Amino acid sequence: MNRIIVCMKPVPDPKHWDKVSMDPETKTLKREGIPSVMNPLDKHALEAALALRESHGGEVVLLSMAPPFAKTTIREGLAMGADRAVLLSDRVFAGSDSLATAEILAAGCRWIGDFDIVLCGNLSIDGSTAQLCSQLAEMLDLPNVMHVTGLEGTAADGTLTIIQKIENGYVTLASGFPVVLSVRKELNKPRYIPFTGILAAESKEITMLSNTDLCVGPECIGLAGSPTKMAGLELRKFERRKEKLEGTVDDIVKKLVEKIYQCGVIEC
Amino acid sequence: MEFAFTEREEMLRKAVREFAEGEIPPKMDAMEETGEFPMDLLKPMAQVGITGIITPPEFGGVGMGYVARTIVLEELGRVCAAFPMALQVHHMACASLSDFGTDEQKKKYLPALAAGETMGVVAVTDPSGGSDLVGTKTSAQLKGDTYILNGRKCFITNSHLSDFWIVIAKTGEGAKGLSAFIIDKDTPGAKLGRKENKFGLRGANTGELVFDNCEVAKENLIGQEGQGLTVALKTISETGRTGMAATALGILQAVYEEAGKFANERVLYGKPISTLQAIQFHMAEIYTQLDICRLLNYRANWMKDQNMRCDTETGMAKYYTCNAAVDAAKKAIEIHGSYGIMKEYAVQRLFRDAMVTVPAGGTAEVAKVGIGRAALAPFKK
Repeated sequence: MNRIIVCMKPVPDPKHWDKVSMDPETKTLKREGIPSVMNPLDKHALEAALALRESHGGEVVLLSMAPPFAKTTIREGLAMGADRAVLLSDRVFAGSDSLATAEILAAGCRWIGDFDIVLCGNLSIDGSTAQLCSQLAEMLDLPNVMHVTGLEGTAADGTLTIIQKIENGYVTLASGFPVVLSVRKELNKPRYIPFTGILAAESKEITMLSNTDLCVGPECIGLAGSPTKMAGLELRKFERRKEKLEGTVDDIVKKLVEKIYQCGVIEC
Repeated sequence: MEFAFTEREEMLRKAVREFAEGEIPPKMDAMEETGEFPMDLLKPMAQVGITGIITPPEFGGVGMGYVARTIVLEELGRVCAAFPMALQVHHMACASLSDFGTDEQKKKYLPALAAGETMGVVAVTDPSGGSDLVGTKTSAQLKGDTYILNGRKCFITNSHLSDFWIVIAKTGEGAKGLSAFIIDKDTPGAKLGRKENKFGLRGANTGELVFDNCEVAKENLIGQEGQGLTVALKTISETGRTGMAATALGILQAVYEEAGKFANERVLYGKPISTLQAIQFHMAEIYTQLDICRLLNYRANWMKDQNMRCDTETGMAKYYTCNAAVDAAKKAIEIHGSYGIMKEYAVQRLFRDAMVTVPAGGTAEVAKVGIGRAALAPFKK
């Protein structure tokens, strides 16, 4: 194995989601004061990369498009065991939707170069579009497998064995390199950050790149490159439905059983 | 003056919190029920670096120092205080070997402790009491190249979980009449005594060690004969007291969080009880106690990391934090009302755990003797 790139997104810590509010003007989330964490599924992607490196050698490079404050979260990925990181940070990237982000990350992948696998989480817990991995693969003109739940290193013929979750089961696929994969949490249990990793991460390199380095056309990035237009954003209210069943005890029980059948809890 | 944690320390806290919240809660019911420490977590803790946090890297540890250790113990204690209780004693064994052991002893025992192959134990207290160290009854008589140990050690944390114990025994008279020994548990004449049934910190194993003509080779002496009091006092003061204080600090943090959550969720008179001034006063006091204790703890451990004398500061941190944890837990129970004494709510466990930290690792009164001495020193004529 030569090199594995792991795409990593800093997202608002879910433990603080009760403090996240919306800006009605810009229709965006207000994230001020909310600490960032590594997108949970990206941790599974990183774990998969580290496991592949342990069995087949090579280098694990973190790739992220985010503001400079993301360095702290990236450093956690380095502490988990990634070898180095590349942070794509530029004001012109602001407002990028998944398509524009994929353009920028694809440029980042090309800048890193010479990779065998690009690993992503299946979706991010803030945007939850689950589009980026496929868009990235398309832009890199590489094969793409989503919903990866199993991954075994290169066989003798130099292929990667991939287990993919599909609607009613799993399929086993064989892939050559390079390939773009996105993973589900069933794939593995991410390792905890070892304290030795925290010390080692302090001397690992985080390369900062701007669009001057990547040279992505201005029409492909930021708001200009984002076909997604936010029509509206509103908080959903969840309330328990209440319904009082009336009648004799027998009537109530009968109605209740019918309702249970209707809900599909018990099949007829 | 700098009060902020470094980026390294912040990441360490996050890493430990993730481990503690991920691995410990599924074990806690069984720990409360059986009083057993979950030894299956020892190796995972070692892989992360918890067991070897203060052990030098050349002996398999991480060597991150005492402020880092306090962060680790506090975060573990926030989830379940039995863990830092067990681990702080484990660290005492590491510290006494690092500070006083021979190269052979360090090579033999420190890597095993760091790798989580066994728990560490330091056995000081005799049934006659732990405060009067010079009055230790457990004896070690030198016959040829072998010491013969007789006696009993009680209230020993991790007693039944370790492959070897560091034991303080009497080899002479007075302050120079104590010595420290490493005793492998399979040594003829070394036996495990009863396991204690504590009402708090239940998951931390506490028990007795019995020595009946137990033959210990001379090379198992830590330091010189007669140096036992120094070994015990330095280890207790710098590693034991800071460890107990950090355990109580973790409890205090948990108390604060539980009380705050409940005060915001519990509705009385049509609004959360956190809007009531009586509850706000309780919360203000808990919050202040937490802050005082955090400052005391990290200051004392920072001094230790700077190789400064810190016995007064560790004593202040230990006695104050343990008492504050009890006081805050009691307030949290009051905030909870009758829910607070129900097993379903964590605050009752936090109160029981906090109570155990008060006498453990040296009573408040013994700590105050040293603090009082330091307080009066400038006025001595």
